[in-house]
Amino acid sequence: MLGQQFINGVMLGSVYAMVAVALTLSIGVLNFLNFSIPGLFMIAGMATWALIHAGVAWPLAILGALAITAAVSLVVERFTWRWLRGAEPFVPLVSSMAFLLLFEHLAIAWWGSEMRVLPSLFAGTDWRVAGFVIGVPQLVGLAVSIASIFGLSLLLKRTSMGRSLRTIAEDSDTALLLGVDVNRLVPVVFALAGLFAALAGVLFALNYRQVQPFMGEAVGLKGISAMIVGGMGSTWGAIAGGLVIGITEVLSVGYVGANFVDIAVFGLLLLILFVRPTGLFAGLPAGRGGI
Amino acid sequence: MSGYLEGILVLLAVNVVFAYGAFLPVAAGQLNLGLAGFAAIGAYASAYLSNTYAIDPILAILLGGIAAGAVALIVAVPVLRTRGIYLALATFAVGQIVQAALLNLEVVGGAAGYPVTAFIRLPTIAAFAAGVVVLVALLFATRFGIAVTAVHDDERVADLMGLNTRAFQVAAFTLGSVIAGIGGGLYAHHFSFIEAQYFNIGLSITIVLYVLLGGTQTVLGPLLGAAVFTLLPELLRGSANWRYVHFAAAVIILMALRPQGLLTAAQIRRLLGLDRAALSRERAA
Repeated sequence: MLGQQFINGVMLGSVYAMVAVALTLSIGVLNFLNFSIPGLFMIAGMATWALIHAGVAWPLAILGALAITAAVSLVVERFTWRWLRGAEPFVPLVSSMAFLLLFEHLAIAWWGSEMRVLPSLFAGTDWRVAGFVIGVPQLVGLAVSIASIFGLSLLLKRTSMGRSLRTIAEDSDTALLLGVDVNRLVPVVFALAGLFAALAGVLFALNYRQVQPFMGEAVGLKGISAMIVGGMGSTWGAIAGGLVIGITEVLSVGYVGANFVDIAVFGLLLLILFVRPTGLFAGLPAGRGGI
Repeated sequence: MSGYLEGILVLLAVNVVFAYGAFLPVAAGQLNLGLAGFAAIGAYASAYLSNTYAIDPILAILLGGIAAGAVALIVAVPVLRTRGIYLALATFAVGQIVQAALLNLEVVGGAAGYPVTAFIRLPTIAAFAAGVVVLVALLFATRFGIAVTAVHDDERVADLMGLNTRAFQVAAFTLGSVIAGIGGGLYAHHFSFIEAQYFNIGLSITIVLYVLLGGTQTVLGPLLGAAVFTLLPELLRGSANWRYVHFAAAVIILMALRPQGLLTAAQIRRLLGLDRAALSRERAA
């Protein structure tokens, strides 16, 4: 029983980890807490359902959902980062919160507020290993999230673009002086963050097979917790944080009751903030003040 | 007065009270994303007092505000150790925990919600709202207002000037939570039913948006923000869903075009003829 709970927690945690990576990319490079990411997560999940519902083959539906979400993230960039760079630091945060509201209510206008159920695409593919049930889509999801986060950290560490991004993270003014094309790279950050949020949304939709316009809030808030627990600005910390939050959630559902999930998860977040605000696994100093 | 109009005006008054609860910490440079949690404490505490002990709703509402302030004071000390984004997230976590705790508190109905028997009407609520506006305006005309603004503008310099910056931050945070708690109590005693789900992160965000849209440089900004964004959707009519779409779009456009908010300190000075530079320009012309 405990083992099965643990497996379920790891699967849920891999979704949180992807959301946390999207958030941490935005904070780490731009020092911007991007509240539109839960909305992007929802758009990807709803778009997956809508495309499959419209008869599109599932691999194409997944690609379509990823493309739509990354494009929407670029629109967010236009209206938050680009306009507001000189403004007070909280202003992009405020605009991104408004984008979350906007996405949720546009989704209701288009798709209605009811819960939508995806068809079971991978029925009968569960593996039974030593008495544990492991869903293949869940396993693929975990592999995809670890592989994509590994890819991201390679991109940041090894490529010239990654070096430029890390320079912007250090100090965007100095980066500009050193000849880094900040205006060209910031949209890349948004597209990447949008892509990670979208991957999380697609995985969630395929694994849990239920989507609705407010699905981003609960997952997004737990992604924020995962980011803090792992350490803001650290990609591997995001995975660790995602797993800690996922396992905490599943165990508190299993042993205390579903109503105590939020107390456990956000209590953990608060505890980490008080005791070790840099997170459990922080590799990078992040959060240089400013909201 | 029609019930519809009264309903809107009550909502307006409650939103104004909430907005000042969010304004006080913002004026001291903190973003309180857990405001809905403190409003919930005020709502539930006052409803419990007036339901169980049959005390006067006005007294119950004030006590509810004090209860919210007491909780704020307890969490302020560790929460305000954090800075910037961490502070916003810590207050957010507090709000989520309060909401989750109330959902599990069977003595106030848990997830099923909590009916409130005592009832107050618009005049009482409007008087409370006016009282809050006047009180905050007076407060900001004193040394406290100058000190809080100094802490907001540059904490380090304020510290060097001998201000106890932490004390002012704790005071602004706690006082804001008292006001939010009073707002919660007013809401509970007019709408006769409260549920923890209402006091969610969405409410905290919306209130903060009212304040930032109105402008944080002057005491009147939150009043304007809450008024415009409570009344404008009513004028636009449309379904509740499209109201949110319009509100969100307005926020995005306004933040892009006017990030300092609708009302700025310079405008007020000009309006009252206190802007010397503008006056001399006019005289010269």
